[in-house]
Amino acid sequence: METFLGIDYPTLWYLVVGLLFSGYAILEGFDYGAGSWHLFFKKDLSRRIAINAIGPLWDANQVWLIIGGGALFAGFPVMYATMLSAMYVPFMIFLMLLVLRSAAIKFRSAEEMTWWRKTWDIIYFTSNTLISFLLGVVLANILQGFEIGENFSYQGGVFFSFLSPYAIMVGFTTLSIFMTQGAIFLLLKTEGRLHARLTFLLKKAMIFFILSFVITSFYTLIYLSGVTDKFKENPVFFILPVLAFLAVANVPRLVSKKKYAHALVFSSLTMAFLLMLVAFQLYPVLLPSTINPEYSVTIYNAASSQKSLGIMLTIVVIGAPLLAGYFLFLYKTFHGKVKLDDTSY
Amino acid sequence: METEILARIQFAFTVAFHYIYPPLSIGIGLIMVIMEGLYLKTGNKHYEVLTRFWLKIFAITFGIGVATGIIMEFEFGTNWSVYSRYVGDIFGSALAAEGLFAFGLESAFLGVLIFGWNRVSPKVHFISAIGVFLGSMFSAVWIVVANSWQQTPAGYHIVGEGFNARAEVTDFWAMVFNPSSVDRIIHVWQGAFLAGTFLVLSVHAYYLLKGRYVEISKKAFKIALTVATIFSLTQLVSGHSSAEGVAENQPAKLAAMEGHYETSGAADLYLLGWVDDENQEVTGLKVLGGLSFLLHQDFEAPVTGLNAFPKEDRPTQVNAVFQFYHIMISIGMFLIGLTLYACFLWWRGKLFEKKWLLKIFAISVLLPQIANQAGWFAAEMGRQPWIVYGHLRTSEGFSQEVSSNQILFSLILFLVIYTLLFLLFIYSLNKKIKHGPHDEAENALDII
Repeated sequence: METFLGIDYPTLWYLVVGLLFSGYAILEGFDYGAGSWHLFFKKDLSRRIAINAIGPLWDANQVWLIIGGGALFAGFPVMYATMLSAMYVPFMIFLMLLVLRSAAIKFRSAEEMTWWRKTWDIIYFTSNTLISFLLGVVLANILQGFEIGENFSYQGGVFFSFLSPYAIMVGFTTLSIFMTQGAIFLLLKTEGRLHARLTFLLKKAMIFFILSFVITSFYTLIYLSGVTDKFKENPVFFILPVLAFLAVANVPRLVSKKKYAHALVFSSLTMAFLLMLVAFQLYPVLLPSTINPEYSVTIYNAASSQKSLGIMLTIVVIGAPLLAGYFLFLYKTFHGKVKLDDTSY
Repeated sequence: METEILARIQFAFTVAFHYIYPPLSIGIGLIMVIMEGLYLKTGNKHYEVLTRFWLKIFAITFGIGVATGIIMEFEFGTNWSVYSRYVGDIFGSALAAEGLFAFGLESAFLGVLIFGWNRVSPKVHFISAIGVFLGSMFSAVWIVVANSWQQTPAGYHIVGEGFNARAEVTDFWAMVFNPSSVDRIIHVWQGAFLAGTFLVLSVHAYYLLKGRYVEISKKAFKIALTVATIFSLTQLVSGHSSAEGVAENQPAKLAAMEGHYETSGAADLYLLGWVDDENQEVTGLKVLGGLSFLLHQDFEAPVTGLNAFPKEDRPTQVNAVFQFYHIMISIGMFLIGLTLYACFLWWRGKLFEKKWLLKIFAISVLLPQIANQAGWFAAEMGRQPWIVYGHLRTSEGFSQEVSSNQILFSLILFLVIYTLLFLLFIYSLNKKIKHGPHDEAENALDII
């Protein structure tokens, strides 16, 4: 098997996919999170400011999902095909919510009528909240494993089997961390009374996050056998949950010092550490089979050919700096507080 | 069987709906870049007003294109899992390239393009417009490469057997430049330019008929007419080259396009007609030996007919393939006639005098759209029964683990949400057009 810097290609691609989905979680995390606060703002102007805070950015942020999905398809086609077809219903709902969310952003402020804006406000809030929740649900399902038989055939339930109690818990945890992320992002972008209200809301979000995080962690440790095996073998990785905890603990301190950008970095780090925890726990498995570990989808039996992975790693090496450049330019251009003008939503 | 049909209906519906928007974005994008370029060069405010106006329409079409495009990306996995495992190694690298090179470029610059008027200099704004336009062109490249590989596979070998069989890349560039990619990318680009320019022509013809925004509409109409004329003509060239490629690489598809059954003897070219698949007869208006002549420059040359293929290896819906193909060609010919005649009047200085011509331009916005859809239907139905030509059948490619009820559930959801989305699109497009570009001008009276 070909390697680069002593790491084999499937593992490298695993890192690429992990990086892309972490980027997606961090960037769309504040977009979706901001959307989940939408109905907490009462005035129309506040709602407009909140939408325009993500206005020029959300389309670009969403590209991380598109590239992440493409990277999964490209590098681990078996994982992409097995996961999406096995979780048909939640993914279809997720995709339609994405469409509704885009429509809400585009059309909400296009008309003045109260009923029009109220309807879109509800759609916007609901789609953002359910998207965040479903992302957590999908993550939990991957951790729990699927009923995968021989030849990666899915043998589980079809409609609502994805909603286990554990999945619901992880769903709420994801929602809570996105809402934390979203509140910090909006603090960075707003002024005056809306800003003051968000300072108050952020505290609620943090409590919501810490509660769901602690409950989910205990549930994982008690009921999900095997989750801690990896850590017993490599105790050094216990540093990941510790780092996640330290990062989140740093957020209130930075917010009280009004260092919102720093706070956003630390809440993003929390997410990154938690995702690393998941990635480390799973590796080299991508989708555990609950029927027989032999049937699990792993980075080796799901991977594209060495040649293909080599080509794609080259594409990433060329493309990543370009992408970073575009994002730097975009975020620099729209740095600072929201100012509504005639091009705003 | 039922699952397969439902999966195909859902894919066809979602991709056909998606394909309304990206071609419009690419075409409007081109016109917008020209308009903004003229503004920077001449400093004429009229071009700025036009750029700002078309940017608003561009933003809506682009947005719906992205939203419906994400669905396509994941629908391969949800509904075509066997196919996805089979082609992942090939399709994947094209998709990865598309994401990084095309989508990254267009979506990051899109924010600056739409919301950045007051934040960046005119030059940087113009660069953003070019960035978005190029990004949309690139994204068409990679997805058409992937689709072309399904039609004419190259640069690969098949590994494994039965369920575990899959195609793997052996030569990346041979895969990218497979026999049909270049022809089809050019054909798709030009179809997109026509879709966008005809919307521009339509809207400004409407203003001219109403006597509103006359000055700027004349300018916009001339820009769009120039672009439309060039690409109507070149589309004929790339269409012909594409058809030759189909004759060589997918003879069964070409035979279905012309309803051609027997190989021996001269092959006719139909202007319009009806295929009776049962009796293998076509009734209609034809040029005797025309197909033979177009492909081999000889009215007598034989062309491979459908009967040269076993029944299970050739398209089942011959009449549908025939009709879609001929609708596309008829519209293409009509657009050439229309644009050339308009150019002739322009040359004689009478372009805006004939009301009936402006009326035709006002409604002809639908024609490139219909041609684009019909062309894809002909291409994809003509590819049947294969999902990967000659290797994997459509009936083997769908997700076995997904039940027909699940697809029915998602199909109904798609129907509802996409109907809503389409109504919103038409409503806001109509509103923006009726409202007109006067918000964009500092001195509104100047342009009215």
